[in-house]
Amino acid sequence: MTATHSAPVDPAGASVLERGWQLNPDVSVRPESFGALLYHFGTRRLSFLKDRRLLDVVNHLGEAPTARSACARAGIDDASLPVFARALTRLAETGMLQERP
Amino acid sequence: MGVTIPLVEHFARGLDAPICLTWELTYGCNLACRHCLSSSGRRDPRELTTAEAKAVIDELEDMQVFYVNIGGGEPTIRSDFWELVDYANAHHIGVKFSTNGSRITPEIAARLASNHYVDVQISLDGATAAVNDSVRGVGSFDVAIRAMENLHQAGFPNFKISVVCTRHNLAQIDEFKALADHYDAQLRLTRLRPSGRGAQVWDELHPTATQQRDLHRWLLAHGENVLTGDSFFHLAGFGDPLPGLNLCGAGRVVCLIDPVGDVYACPFAIHEEFRAGNLREAGGFAPIWRRSELFRSLREPQSAGACASCGAYDACRGGCMAAKFFTGLPLDGPDPECVKGYGELALAQVTPGSAPSPSADHSRRSVTPDAPTPGARTPVTLLTGRRPVRACEDSPLALGSSPDDRLGAMTSVP
Repeated sequence: MTATHSAPVDPAGASVLERGWQLNPDVSVRPESFGALLYHFGTRRLSFLKDRRLLDVVNHLGEAPTARSACARAGIDDASLPVFARALTRLAETGMLQERP
Repeated sequence: MGVTIPLVEHFARGLDAPICLTWELTYGCNLACRHCLSSSGRRDPRELTTAEAKAVIDELEDMQVFYVNIGGGEPTIRSDFWELVDYANAHHIGVKFSTNGSRITPEIAARLASNHYVDVQISLDGATAAVNDSVRGVGSFDVAIRAMENLHQAGFPNFKISVVCTRHNLAQIDEFKALADHYDAQLRLTRLRPSGRGAQVWDELHPTATQQRDLHRWLLAHGENVLTGDSFFHLAGFGDPLPGLNLCGAGRVVCLIDPVGDVYACPFAIHEEFRAGNLREAGGFAPIWRRSELFRSLREPQSAGACASCGAYDACRGGCMAAKFFTGLPLDGPDPECVKGYGELALAQVTPGSAPSPSADHSRRSVTPDAPTPGARTPVTLLTGRRPVRACEDSPLALGSSPDDRLGAMTSVP
């Protein structure tokens, strides 16, 4: 099993925005009307993104220097940032996202 | 912010592709379990060919179905079984297969341990040979244990031990857990349905009301460490829902492809009434999933019927469609194992013998004497089968603890 566990993530999600992330290569994404399904072939876990904008953020992560920048590219306003930071933190904690070297 | 309707409603209305799909590859089986949900035993000459099976995999890849739960019959008796597993993996589809363990040799176990995309589920219906073999046949306990030993020796982590809960084995629930812990495996408990040959033994084997309550408490105490395939959603009527979807996903987020290419709403509903179409006739799986009349109707709001005035309906949603159907109960009424006791009352009004019979029976015709059943009131007259395959896999929708997270919205944006 090659389930990837990222380094401990700041539980408050404060620093998650300042780092660069990418989708774990073991994870597949299926867009849905409500957002998306994510499946991790290593941990065999399924997650639900309940907001299309979160999918947009995830799709931008790979090319954006930081998660904050990915959120900006996805049009997330500042007021919503904490909510998205928490969601990204949860995705990182469960290995769906990896921090870029 | 976020969706305007709850996630669970999206599921109830159906998705463009199933979240999890059970695919039974053959009706052939080298066991003859008394409760086999698909009445397996003999292969069916119409079973999908290797090429047809690969075409199904191609289509599932296009639909982005991430993984399939393969069962049967005993799927490993198909000579192309490993070829199909490899083909699925090469096409980005994970496989979990259910087996009685008879083909899990040390060599196969080593091969499985090296495959990142395969999961194995060993069926076991008693924590002792006496209890297990009374349902699954003489010698089947030893076969399953040997398979577990082989997987463990090969370093296969976290394989599943899959138990159908019965009146006779629920007293062993802690022993099952200990067995799973011993093999670094994960315990999976599922509900006995009166499907297939299970209809003949349901009265005798289904848990008592007291056992159901104890099981509910036990499952709550063990949380997500024990898998249930989301099969106990009728227990949500007790008040505290178990992790998972707690919704009947039939034709909405799950379905069954049977060995001859018939598509049913769920693995426990192999009956013409729940057949949405056939892959060969429809030109593939997607047209059936997306447009069949049956699946469309299942995605419509369902009537609570006789349950409308019950305060627990929002929690249990009337329970399991297949359990009702095969016990002769109306679909818009209580589950036969309704935790409020309405199922028992309803069952008392069913005319004996009036419940529908399974459409197809692949049981072997040769009658073999069965092992004595602890507490059995009647001698076993027919021996056939294999272990039931369960509906949805490991409660893929179970990742959190808040009420909303029960739906698996662990990465939800509120």
